[in-house]
Amino acid sequence: MIWSGLMIYWADSDKGLVNGVYRIGWGQTTLFHFFPPGFWRALGLEFGLARGMSWHFFFVWFFAINGLLYALYLIISGEWRLLVPSRRDFVGAFQVVLHDLHLRKTPPPFVKYNPAQRIAYTLVVLMGGASLVTGLAIYRPVQLGWLTRILGGYQWARWEHFWLTMGFVLFFVIHVLQVMRAGWSNFRSMIAGVEIKETPEGTHDKP
Amino acid sequence: MTNPEPNATPDPSAPISEDERVERELRRRSRRGFLTAMLAGAAAYGGWRWLMTRPAIGDVPWPIRKMLQFNERVTGKLVSPNHRSREVPAATITAGGPRINGDIGLESDMELEQWRLQVAGTNLALRMEDLLALPAVTETIPLNCVEGWTTVARWTGIRLADFADKFYPAARKKAYVGMVTPNGQYYVGLDAPSAFHPQTLLCYAINNEPLTMAHGAPLRLLIPTKYGFKNLKCIGSIQFTNERPRDYWAEQGYDWFAGL
Repeated sequence: MIWSGLMIYWADSDKGLVNGVYRIGWGQTTLFHFFPPGFWRALGLEFGLARGMSWHFFFVWFFAINGLLYALYLIISGEWRLLVPSRRDFVGAFQVVLHDLHLRKTPPPFVKYNPAQRIAYTLVVLMGGASLVTGLAIYRPVQLGWLTRILGGYQWARWEHFWLTMGFVLFFVIHVLQVMRAGWSNFRSMIAGVEIKETPEGTHDKP
Repeated sequence: MTNPEPNATPDPSAPISEDERVERELRRRSRRGFLTAMLAGAAAYGGWRWLMTRPAIGDVPWPIRKMLQFNERVTGKLVSPNHRSREVPAATITAGGPRINGDIGLESDMELEQWRLQVAGTNLALRMEDLLALPAVTETIPLNCVEGWTTVARWTGIRLADFADKFYPAARKKAYVGMVTPNGQYYVGLDAPSAFHPQTLLCYAINNEPLTMAHGAPLRLLIPTKYGFKNLKCIGSIQFTNERPRDYWAEQGYDWFAGL
């Protein structure tokens, strides 16, 4: 989705359009423009608007149905309880960050996902839904005009859709770095579904 | 007790330690997990290769084109006169006129006096005066380009629906409308509900001025419920038909419906 999305973004990435959506800036001032011409050239993403759109509106069904099934699974299985953060987790997440930065000796106690993971994983599911909604507002801004207006209009919906995507990229980068940091046993648990941890002597549950 | 194949199956009666049992179970699950992940990866790659090597319809592999047509059927149901593009305040009109973004099918040496609007399959050849007899409609409305940008202008013209009702009532029973430039180089196809939408105009003035050549003088299409590339400049002939008309950009990989 992101790859085809980039092919769509390219068509409106003209540096001459100072008020374009894909930039960091305000009014006539642009601090950073998405993306420099070399970026598009290096990835071969130029002149692919038609292809990008056709892929985007093909794979969106996989994205939407997959996301829907995942959300349904979380609800039906009750697994959402392991995922949705409580108010306490916002403090916990801060402690996790301090621990990761070696500013704190121990991580806060948790089950399966630590407080920072709970917040990040819940957020990314919500972002997926938001991408779908903002995408629909861009796809049919007349037929779904009420939706587009709620989101602040056509160009704002495009801005929101873009920054949600940047959020996914940020999530992905941190996710991969953290997996690499956590080591083999954790990675295996992601694939196999189980992980073995040594428990201190005498704390085993007695059958 | 002797076992002829000592390695085939672990002897269930042999005592194994708890640690070893756990270790075996973990290996078994890991093997299964990684195999499943690899198979899923291979299946995804194979599926992608298959998709990209399908014969193309309009420069798009056919499964994707079918999906675009499916999307069209789903969202096309939503087209009705009730779904209008919202008119915007005059203050938002793009300064200097709407952005000019294409000249395919336009010819700078066209004789405006010689121009007639043809209706394909009839001997109708209408002059501008004939069209001006119909009620003028003005809309201050944005045009969205498929590239992502928006341009706003005040568009004046006659409704395509009014045009059909007056000059060729049978048109209202057809499923599609096609339009072509006088030289035949640029052409668009429209579904009837979008074409006869009350905001769809045969437009002859922008911002209260007659069309310039670059904007498709003397008559162009304004269809704000579609992307800009459907808004054909300089209409030469109109066709009302039950067969889906050719569309310049749909032949180059874009969605035929291209609705907003």
